[in-house]
Amino acid sequence: MTNTASHPPEDLGPRPQTGGLGIANVSKVYDPEGRAVVALDDFSLDVEAGDFVAIVGPSGCGKSTLLNILAGFDTPTSGEVLLDGVPLAGPDLAPRPGPDRVVVFQQGALFPWMTVLGNVTYGLLKQGGVSRREAEARAITLLAESGKLDRIADAYPAQLSSGMQRRVEIIRALINDPRVLLLDEPFRAMDTVNKSTMHRHLLELYSRNRKTIVFITHDLEEALFLADRVIVMTTRPGTLKMDIAVNLPRPRKREMMASDAYLALREKAVFAVSEEAKRAFERGEREMA
Amino acid sequence: MKDATVATTSPALPRPRRARRLDWRGTSSVVGFFLAWQLAVNFSLPGFTDIPTPWEVLVTFVRDFLFSANYWSSWLVSFQRVFLGFFLAQIIGIPLGLFFGTHATFRALVLPVFEMMRPIPPLAWVPLSILFWPTTEASIVFITFIGAFFIITINVFEGVRSIRPEHVWLARSLGAGTLRIFRRIMIPAVVPSIAVGMTLGIAVTWNVVIAAEMIASDSGLGRLTWEGYVSSTPTIVIVGMISIGLAGYLSTMIVDWIESRMMPWKQ
Amino acid sequence: MPTDAAIPVRTTSLLPNRRTWLAALGFAGFILAWYAAVHWSPFAAFNRLPDPFEVVVEWTSSDPYYGISIFTADYYTHIFYSTYRALAAFGLAVLLGVPLGIFMGWKQGVRAYTGSLLSLLRPVPPLAWVPIAILVFPGVEPAVIFVTFLVAFFATTMNTLVGVRAIPQDYYRAAACLGASNRDVLFDVVIPGAMPSIFTGLQIAMGAAWFSLVAGEMIAAQYGLGFLIWESYSLIQYPTIVIGMATLGLVGYLSSAAVRLVGRRLMAWHEQRLGMAG
Repeated sequence: MTNTASHPPEDLGPRPQTGGLGIANVSKVYDPEGRAVVALDDFSLDVEAGDFVAIVGPSGCGKSTLLNILAGFDTPTSGEVLLDGVPLAGPDLAPRPGPDRVVVFQQGALFPWMTVLGNVTYGLLKQGGVSRREAEARAITLLAESGKLDRIADAYPAQLSSGMQRRVEIIRALINDPRVLLLDEPFRAMDTVNKSTMHRHLLELYSRNRKTIVFITHDLEEALFLADRVIVMTTRPGTLKMDIAVNLPRPRKREMMASDAYLALREKAVFAVSEEAKRAFERGEREMA
Repeated sequence: MKDATVATTSPALPRPRRARRLDWRGTSSVVGFFLAWQLAVNFSLPGFTDIPTPWEVLVTFVRDFLFSANYWSSWLVSFQRVFLGFFLAQIIGIPLGLFFGTHATFRALVLPVFEMMRPIPPLAWVPLSILFWPTTEASIVFITFIGAFFIITINVFEGVRSIRPEHVWLARSLGAGTLRIFRRIMIPAVVPSIAVGMTLGIAVTWNVVIAAEMIASDSGLGRLTWEGYVSSTPTIVIVGMISIGLAGYLSTMIVDWIESRMMPWKQ
Repeated sequence: MPTDAAIPVRTTSLLPNRRTWLAALGFAGFILAWYAAVHWSPFAAFNRLPDPFEVVVEWTSSDPYYGISIFTADYYTHIFYSTYRALAAFGLAVLLGVPLGIFMGWKQGVRAYTGSLLSLLRPVPPLAWVPIAILVFPGVEPAVIFVTFLVAFFATTMNTLVGVRAIPQDYYRAAACLGASNRDVLFDVVIPGAMPSIFTGLQIAMGAAWFSLVAGEMIAAQYGLGFLIWESYSLIQYPTIVIGMATLGLVGYLSSAAVRLVGRRLMAWHEQRLGMAG
C-alpha cells in the first residue's frame, strides 16, 4: 500500500543527492518472556531523498521501534532497510548507529556536562578529520544562523530553556551533515507556543538545507503542518495504514491551517488515527480483562 | 552539592531479573571465592598459615555453635541492642528532623551544634558513654543510638526541606488547616526520607554494635568474634564474622519489609 | 514568604545576620548546658565528666596536665597517624572502587560475575573483619588500613555503580549516532554522567573511612586519635577524651569538605543545574 507520489515542493530547491530510504517488509518481534510481541509487521515505505516524512499513530504502534531500527539501535527480525541502495539494517546485520542518520531524542540528549559548543562540535570531532578550531568555527556559524544561538555557545544545557535545548540538539545533529535526520517526538513536552516556534525553526533549517527527515509524533496537526507525507501506522502490530500526501505549498504558514485543503487532510488523518486508537483501546481492555 | 549522608550509601544492587536459569556467572564467582580461600590455606600462602579452611569452619560451626544456647543468646543480645538503639534514634530523630525543617528559629539555634557533633564518629563516644551510663548495656545502646540518630535526623530534615513551598501555599489557599497540611503534604514527603534514613541507619548501627561489643562488652556476636581472636582461635572468628554478616543481612531484610509497609505504593 | 511555624520554610528565610546570632546563641546554650550538667546536676555520672572550660584550657595550654594539647608534638603525631591511615585507605578505595564501579555499571557482563560476590560480602559489617585482618596481615597497621579500606571501597563502588546505571540510555545512543567509539563513550558519557554519584559516594566513603578507622584504632592500634581517646579513658585523662573527639570531628569534617570542594570544581555543570531547579 505504498504511495510514493509526493509532490516535490518546488520552492524548496533541488533534492539532495543522498538520503533515500527504502524500508522493505520490516518486522520486529520481541520475545520478553516467551510470549511473542509483534511490534512491527511487514512495514514497507520508500522515502525519496529530501522528503519530510511524518509518522503518526497511537501509543504502542511501533513508531519508536521503527525509529530505533532506522537509527541503528536495533535490528529487525526480518526485512531490510536500505539507505541509498546500501543495506543498513537487516536481521543479519549488527546494529550500527552512525552520523549518517542522527537522532534527536524525545527527552533531549544534550550532554549536560558539555557546553553548547562542546555538544555541537562533538560529532565532528569524534569522526575526525576536522581540527578543533575549524569545528568550533563551523559550530558558531551554524548556531549564529539559527537565531543568534552563538550567544549561548558557552552555556551549559541546564541553563537553557527547553526550546533552546531542542534547537541546539537539532543543530548538533545537522552539523554532521547526516543523510537522514530522525526526530523522535522532539517537541512532545512543549506547550503550544513553544512548539510553534520550534516548527518555524525546523522548517527554516529544512528549507536552507534540504535533507530527508523522518519525524515521529503523535500530534497530527504538527505532522500535517511540517511534512510532505504523513504516514499513519496501525496499532500493534504496527504496519502502514495510510500514506497521506500533504500537498500544501511551502513555505508553510499558520494560516494554511484554516484552508479547506488542510482541513480535508486533517479529517482524513484524524479518522485513520482514531480508528487505530480505538482498536488499541479495545485490545488493551481485552488484555486487562 | 547535596550533603553526603542523605544520598544512598551502599545502595542495594538493582534487583536482577528473575533468573529462571541458574545464575552461573554469579555462582562461579562465589564458588571461586571459596575455592581461592581453600587453596590459600592449603598452600600456606603468607598470612593464611593460621586460617582455617571453609570446610573446617563449617564443621566447627555445626559441631560447636549450631546447638549452643550461648551462641544463639549472643544473637539475641546483639539484635536487642541494634533495634533498641535504632528505634530510639527514630523516636528522637524523626521529630527533631521535622522541627529542623519547619521552625527556622529552632534550626538556627540548634542545627549548628548538631552539625558540629555529627562528624564525630560514633565509636569515639565510647569512653564518654561508658563513663556516663551506669550499665554497659546502656552505654552500648547509647552508641548505637548515636550511630543512627544523626543519619535519620538529617534525612528527615532534607525530606522536609524538599517540600516545595508552592504545594503548601496552594493547600493553604484551598483552605487546608495546619493539621491537614501536616498529614497530607509533610508526611508523604517525609516518609521516603525516613525510609532512606532507616536503610542507612541499620547498616551503620550494626557496625557500631559490633565494634562496641568488641571494645567494651562481655556478650553479643561482636564479643564472640573478639574472644575468638583473643584466644587465637581463628575458626571462631570466622564463625563470628559470618554470623554477624547474616545478622546484618537479616536486619536489612526486616528494615526493607518495614519500608515496604510504609510505602505500599512503591514497586 | 509565610512565616507560620507549621509551614516548611526554606533555610534562607531568616536574614543571615540573624542566623549567625542565633547560631552563636545555640552554641552558648550548649556550652552552658554542658557546664551545668557537669557541676550542678545531681547525677554522679555527669559530675565525672570534664566541663567545657577544662577541655579548652587543657587543649590550648602550652604545658597540658595530661600531655596533649595543640602545643605538644604527641597531639600532632596522633593526628598524623589517623590522617595518614584514613587517606591511604580512602585513596586505595577510590583507585580500586571507582573503576570497578564503572565497569560494573556499564557492562552487564562484569556485573553478572561480581554482583553476587559483592552482595555476599557487603552485609558483613566491616569491623567484623578486624580480627581476621589482624591475623592475615603482617601487622596491626595494614590490618587497620585494610578494614578502613573495605568500608570506603564498598561505599565507593556501590555509588559509582548506581551512578553509571542511572545514566539515561539516550545519552549512549546520542553518542553512538555522533560517531563515538566505545572508548569515547567511556570518557565522554559514562564517567561524566556518573560523576555526581561518584562524588556523593566519595563523601560517604570518607565519612565511613573515619568511622571505621576510629573503631580499628580503638580496638587494635598504637597512635592515632581513636587510640588516644581509648587510652585517655584507660588512664583517666578525661579532658583529653573530649580533645580527641573534637579533633576527630574537625578532621573528619575537613576531609569531607575537601572532597566536596573538589567535586564542585569538577562539576561546574551540575552546580548550574541545581541553580536552575525549582
